[in-house]
Amino acid sequence: MLQGMVLLLLFQFLGEGISRFLALPIPGNVIGMALLLAALSAGWVKSEWLQEAAELLLSYMAMFFVPAGVGVMLYFDLIGREWLPIIAGTVISTFVVMAVTGWSENLLDKHEES
Amino acid sequence: MRELLASPLFGVVLTLLTYQLAELLYRRTRFILFNPVAVSIVSIILLLKLCDIPYQNFNSGGRMILFLLGPSVVALAVPLYQRRQEILKRKLPILIGIVAGAISSIISAAGIAWLLGGGQGVVLSLVPKSVTTPIAIGISEKIGGIVPLTAALVVLTGCLGAICGPEFCRLIGIRSKAAMGLAVGTASHGIGTARMLGEDRFAGAIAGLAIGLNGLATALLVPLLWLLFG
Repeated sequence: MLQGMVLLLLFQFLGEGISRFLALPIPGNVIGMALLLAALSAGWVKSEWLQEAAELLLSYMAMFFVPAGVGVMLYFDLIGREWLPIIAGTVISTFVVMAVTGWSENLLDKHEES
Repeated sequence: MRELLASPLFGVVLTLLTYQLAELLYRRTRFILFNPVAVSIVSIILLLKLCDIPYQNFNSGGRMILFLLGPSVVALAVPLYQRRQEILKRKLPILIGIVAGAISSIISAAGIAWLLGGGQGVVLSLVPKSVTTPIAIGISEKIGGIVPLTAALVVLTGCLGAICGPEFCRLIGIRSKAAMGLAVGTASHGIGTARMLGEDRFAGAIAGLAIGLNGLATALLVPLLWLLFG
């Protein structure tokens, strides 16, 4: 468990470092994910080392977004001023993206579900 | 009392407790509007407003919970690695799906807001709404959006996909786990991914892949579309 947590944080740290050092527009944790995927594929890191920690974090990932969502309360005035274009644009566009992406994948993917 | 409310313990305990109750509510009712993330956010905002507790008091603990999001995103590499063969088999459909989603997101969000009379700042703030928060903020800043508004809309978009993404997909005939995970991950980034992880680990892993790739695609496409139509 601790070993997995240390590895995850280490890869996040590396990712943050690269993101900042190269001034990339991609956040450090996403780069960390890519680096870890590469290390797993190369066999430098074994997925069993991470299993427990990854399982725990991913089971509760939804909860980690709650504080970010509470931050919306600071911007109620801003949203209230032009609520119609803001809410309609956000809501309709979210469904448009799901339909476009899902249909494209469905149409092009000839593999059986496993 | 005042000191206790200012300690990080307050935000941590409030988030954990509220989420646990919200999850219990969802498990008992299975009613989609009772999505645990959305219910927790609304309940905490109501509580803070009613008791007149400043957001800063909550956030000293909230920040600690939010910190765990970083290693969680890194942890998405594990299910991606374990299901790599199924993902590689579909690399083209996945890539095309994400790029199509990124283009439709930019155009539909900005287009609808513009048609409904949104000001320039508002329209531009909507452009990166389907992208994970840190990338969305970077894009909004660059094109002249209102950064806090973008941050709020990213959360709203995420909750929407988490509340009814899988249900909407089934309704419009998207049933495969790969397509559903990709659709919800591309439209609703991490919050949508968290919901997909609860449904199915493979769908969740694909949604996690979509967070990174849609962020990258949008960051690259926005300047390009700007040149074409700006």
